Amino acid sequence: MSGFFKSSIGRKVAMALSAFFLMFFLLQHLSINILSVLSPDTFNEVSHFMGTNPLVQFALQPVLIFAVVFHFVMGFVLELRNSKARKVSYAKNNGAANSSWMSRNMIWSGITILAFIGLHFVDFWFPEINTKFIQGDWSGTMEGVEGFRYHEELVHKFANPIRVAAYVFCFVLLGLHLAHGFTSAFQSMGGTAGRKKTLQNIGKAYAIIIPAGFIFIAIYHHLNH
Amino acid sequence: MNLTLKIWRQVDAKDKGKMVDYKVTEISESMSFLEMMDVLNEQLVNAGEQPVAFDHDCREGICGMCSMYINGEAHGPDRGVTTCQLHMRMFKDGDTITIEPWRAGAFPVIKDLVVDRSAFDRIQHAGGYISVNTSGNTQDANAIPISKQAADTAMDAATCIGCGACVATCKNSSAMLFVGAKVSQYALLPQGQVEAADRVRNMVAQMDLEGFGNCTNTGACEVECPKGISLDTIARMNRELMKASI
Repeated sequence: MSGFFKSSIGRKVAMALSAFFLMFFLLQHLSINILSVLSPDTFNEVSHFMGTNPLVQFALQPVLIFAVVFHFVMGFVLELRNSKARKVSYAKNNGAANSSWMSRNMIWSGITILAFIGLHFVDFWFPEINTKFIQGDWSGTMEGVEGFRYHEELVHKFANPIRVAAYVFCFVLLGLHLAHGFTSAFQSMGGTAGRKKTLQNIGKAYAIIIPAGFIFIAIYHHLNH
Repeated sequence: MNLTLKIWRQVDAKDKGKMVDYKVTEISESMSFLEMMDVLNEQLVNAGEQPVAFDHDCREGICGMCSMYINGEAHGPDRGVTTCQLHMRMFKDGDTITIEPWRAGAFPVIKDLVVDRSAFDRIQHAGGYISVNTSGNTQDANAIPISKQAADTAMDAATCIGCGACVATCKNSSAMLFVGAKVSQYALLPQGQVEAADRVRNMVAQMDLEGFGNCTNTGACEVECPKGISLDTIARMNRELMKASI
């Protein structure tokens, strides 16, 4: 089996497996975040559970970080190897005639998502790690805020229109990445023709709903802070 | 029609090569693209210049030899055709047409528009066959029951002519549509089962060894394939390799 993952197809499968995990994570992340609009109290409760549960913090979080790092590193490695497979470029190449922009530019949408993750970590993840693991405060509360602090922090972040604009731009690129990535992952895993149309429709819906959901949350909190 | 041609000229494999402009006049829209190239070459020979070297053989879309990247697309702007089946009616009077060889590290240019596609032969040698006794006691093929669907799908895969348009058009120079077609044509038939695991392992290993890029499922190969080989063949190859590796 180790030989399999060294082959070109094995690497595709590994990319697809990490993509499946990340797509499931996005769904879970959106499901929790949408609670910040629907029910701030429930959002606080769920956020506190996710932020303090040992299984989430010490088992799922490292797996998530590994999946993110693996997906990006493998993506860059494959892009580099693929670019080496054509040493001389065409003088004229009409890629738009036979493939979608999304499929040809996964590396650029991916780099944008990577930049977004950097911003997102600075905004939320690093302060969270600092509070819990460096300051040792696992209470989920802060001075001046009644109950848990998570909803207040979220709303506060989206007060800045530049941050909201950056988030919206990155989510659009995430949508474009998913528009190709969703079906591509199934194809890499050997997805069959019989399910192709259904998969394509699910993929389109997923690539629209996930980013649109995150964009809605960012704009909603900006307008209601 | 009168046309301007921008053609890749390269003396040999070591030459750096460059695009050269040519004018051709009075080209009939009923001509095939290769006939137009013949007109150009006659013109060049009459002028004492080296004709443009390009691969061609059957000129009826079967041999897979006529490899040309025309105006940024493998086999030109038409669909489901090889270059020899491409007609000049696809172009307009006064057009400038860019003609390049297949570009891939695994398909080195030999001269002008001719590339070395022997990498495909080596992949075939690695497993694109079935071992049968042909010493006079061959079983009647119809004695082995095969469903119509399996026979048709295997035949669809077997229509691959190994032209290399999939590699040429793929942004990654991936050969997975070609290898997928060859793996599929046997994977679907009972005769192919005995060597199925070794076949897919060896063919994929050879494909990787030849330096083709990795498939990112853009689907460009399927669109540009003159025989309409489906991406399903790649999915089947992926499944076959997973099955063989477990």
